[in-house]
Amino acid sequence: MADQEQFSDLAMEYMPALYSAALRMTRNPADAEDLVQETYLKAYRAFGSYRDGTNLKAWLYRILTNTYINTYRAKKRRPEIADVEDVEALYMYHHLAGDPSAGLGRSAEDVALERFTDTDVKSAVESLPDTFRIAVLLADVEGFSYKEIAEITDVPIGTVMSRIHRGRKALQKALMDVGRARGLVAVSDEAK
Amino acid sequence: MEPQTDDGRDAARAEGSVDPPAGFVSCDETIEKLYVYLDGELTEQRRIEIARHLDLCGPCVGAFGFEAELRKLVADRCQDRVPDALLARVAAAIQAESGPSSASAT
Repeated sequence: MADQEQFSDLAMEYMPALYSAALRMTRNPADAEDLVQETYLKAYRAFGSYRDGTNLKAWLYRILTNTYINTYRAKKRRPEIADVEDVEALYMYHHLAGDPSAGLGRSAEDVALERFTDTDVKSAVESLPDTFRIAVLLADVEGFSYKEIAEITDVPIGTVMSRIHRGRKALQKALMDVGRARGLVAVSDEAK
Repeated sequence: MEPQTDDGRDAARAEGSVDPPAGFVSCDETIEKLYVYLDGELTEQRRIEIARHLDLCGPCVGAFGFEAELRKLVADRCQDRVPDALLARVAAAIQAESGPSSASAT
């Protein structure tokens, strides 16, 4: 069946990216696998309405995101408010630049950044509320444009920008919390 | 259609500690545009203004460099390997969906 072959040829290469995003969204491997499978099945069934030349990756992410929001998000209600009002611009940069543990020769902030492991960064991302988490994933991990993210998540570009910016602030705060808890960065902050 | 990220902000121009020359944006304004600049979503004119500021301002370059590094770190650290079982599951599900007659199922 040519259609099936064509779908597989085109769509399967995005599975690592979709699976990683699904893990960040659902926060557990079993749900992530189910979410990815459901996404591929829905995409396959709707493949007839997909047009050559449109952005297949964005289309798949749209299905993934909608499926996640409609199915999995309902399961675990988390508070949607991340308090980022008190997080100033360049929060992490300012705090890490003062880190005395970096030693000589390299900039303190770059050295500190390298201490964050996969697990550290993943848990910081996963601690964000849904709307921020999804916006940051789409922008910073997948590199989608504002316009693509607006189409994937069905919100205006202005809303996309606000979510990305606030999400990045919240992520910096979460990363610093992880860093402090793990002793990766100096605890005595507030020395802005 | 590009998103228009300019907003009439000439009024805010005068607040920097050093008076920027005409057409030269302040550090505050530059930092405010940092994300949109790194996202490649500024209008061309705005992008040139910010780039010109960065050519001459070490502290802003430091901040922009850090934010770019951080973004790269987040992208690099958030990759996961697809379990073989998932690949097989999805392939089988699509196979089943496309009709039982088409080929041998697993």
